[in-house]
Amino acid sequence: MSFKKILVVFVCLAFLAVAVSCKKKSGETIKIGAIFAVTGPASFLGAPEAKTAQMIIDEINSSGGVDGKSLELIIKDSTGSPEKAISFAKQLIEENKVFAIIGPSTSGETMKIKAICEDGKTILLSCAAAEDIVNPVAKYVFKTPQKDSYAAEKIFEVMKKKGITTIGVVASNDGFGLAGKKQLETIAPKFGITILIGEVYDKKATDLTGVLTKLKANNVQAVVNWSIVPAQSIVPKNMKQLNMNVPLFQSHGFGNIKYAREAGAAGEGIIFPCGRLLIVDTLPDNHPQKAVLAKYKKNYEGKYGEDVSTFGGHAYDAVMILVEAIKKAGADKEKVRDAIESLKGFAGTGGIFNFSVQDHNGLAIDSFDMLTVKGGKFVKYEDK
Amino acid sequence: MPFEQLLQYIFSGITSGSIYAIVAIGFNIIYNTTGIINFAQGEFLMLGGMTAISLHSFMPLPLAILAAVIITSAVGALIDFIFIRRLKSPSVLNMVIVTIGLSIMIREIALHVWDEKVRSLPYFTGSEVTSINIMGAYISPQVLWVLGVSGVIVAFLGVFFRFTLTGRSMRACASNITAARLCGINTKNMVTISFMLSAAIGALAGCVISPITQTQYDCGTSLAIKGFTVAILGGLGNSTGAVIGGIIIGLLEAMSISIMPLAYKDAISIAILLIILFARPSGLLGKREAAGLKEF
Repeated sequence: MSFKKILVVFVCLAFLAVAVSCKKKSGETIKIGAIFAVTGPASFLGAPEAKTAQMIIDEINSSGGVDGKSLELIIKDSTGSPEKAISFAKQLIEENKVFAIIGPSTSGETMKIKAICEDGKTILLSCAAAEDIVNPVAKYVFKTPQKDSYAAEKIFEVMKKKGITTIGVVASNDGFGLAGKKQLETIAPKFGITILIGEVYDKKATDLTGVLTKLKANNVQAVVNWSIVPAQSIVPKNMKQLNMNVPLFQSHGFGNIKYAREAGAAGEGIIFPCGRLLIVDTLPDNHPQKAVLAKYKKNYEGKYGEDVSTFGGHAYDAVMILVEAIKKAGADKEKVRDAIESLKGFAGTGGIFNFSVQDHNGLAIDSFDMLTVKGGKFVKYEDK
Repeated sequence: MPFEQLLQYIFSGITSGSIYAIVAIGFNIIYNTTGIINFAQGEFLMLGGMTAISLHSFMPLPLAILAAVIITSAVGALIDFIFIRRLKSPSVLNMVIVTIGLSIMIREIALHVWDEKVRSLPYFTGSEVTSINIMGAYISPQVLWVLGVSGVIVAFLGVFFRFTLTGRSMRACASNITAARLCGINTKNMVTISFMLSAAIGALAGCVISPITQTQYDCGTSLAIKGFTVAILGGLGNSTGAVIGGIIIGLLEAMSISIMPLAYKDAISIAILLIILFARPSGLLGKREAAGLKEF
């Protein structure tokens, strides 16, 4: 037999093996698709999300699965690119015929696949923050992170107490940053706050002293940086290097201790709204989220040896909400969708979820706490 | 505009300009030997920065940087041995395509060796919050480090390419590879040396800018694009031109921010680059006659 023939035989065998292994799995399993930005610029969102989703699915499967069926997780790495998210969403719906999709990690990607999931009648539980995802409500689209309008309101509440009236806003030039900037601009007048300058920067920006000089020249009383990219550690460093001593507020995208560490001494005193996952140790024992948060933090940090972040928490909530709904309604797409919509008082890492026909996010403004960085750690922000 | 503010914009321009400049210098070495643009130059920066950050947990900073430079330089040599040397027809186009492939490959390998997280080296002097006050405006000491290191590299390369036999042989290869061979220059070895040198300088640049820009597995590409622009503006192959070009682009960007939205920053710097290239296609300090001889 010639080399070529052997090669052909091997290729055929390989295909056969794949086909057989595929066949064996389907039937008793519920397929769940996941689109996360595991690598790329939004990887600090997608990587913990993918790890979390995998961890919970494994836990559930080892304790007997849901509704007598085991779960199969198909994770696709979108690298944060909306184009890839679109093709993965189509692939998951049409080829893999998944039961539901968890993710994507970023708002830009989610907005692009919202209609695809709606047309494919597939439940989408997004882990991205922008309010546009659930407003207007799409029948099959839900999201687990808190709304960005709540984050903006929380920030303005603190500013009002501090007597701040003129601010500068910088935001990254991506779905999350632009949506956040829009919310800040809409809500600021309600709190009597004027945005003197609002600027967007490239999401790969490496130095922002130029735009911060502009803010400094306009004597803003505070700076708000709205992004999920590494610039979250560059802005505080640049501010200190420019000797800008006004308070820096960041969005809930800062809920990853790595960014605070990257910013080092410059990160001290940053104020930002965040879920309670990062301050679980300081919560009273009778807090309804305490048990969920403590368990997730312990399992995640024990398994992966890295700090837990709120983003992984969003994936945790998405998977658990789906599982809860399957438990209630059985493995039927339409019934599960209805079950999610009528889910009330569900304690997740992001807050207590109360879904309704109008509200596909289910979280209230009190799901946010204001945190600050003190001694390289996140602590609850106290008014002085 | 008050003087302090103007000065502050200038400093901000110098900060980004110094980063562009030090990246741009690296492009010139391989260009000076082979006449090609190494599109994996940005990956050398990332590799140098990442290696130094990993080593820094075991050893003091200067030693970690030195080791990172040596390791990256070895990677440069390895790349030449495995990919460039074996090319059957080492035309300019073929080599350029190889470097594009390499940049993708190095990036993916780095993603697996390290991970997707952002890291950075500590500031060489002071910390994140240190800033030097010069006449009412502020600048981070790390920027001075970047400028200083760029200056040293430019001086070193100037001497190396003009006065050493190896350096002059490398330039000969770029001018006319057949003639260089006829003169008894081992052209293949010269290409290897140019890859090592360019990787080493890339690694050093990656370490010096790491505290400012932060290092991530995919940070090389965006740095390389700006560096490449600056290298063309300054005149390809001319390291002094790279530094001047970098500072000019940096200052233009900073000044544009002061009067226009930040989003137009890149558009303005590219527009100016185009205007300069229409007027002087060989770049600011490039020689027209020399550029005419190159294939690329």
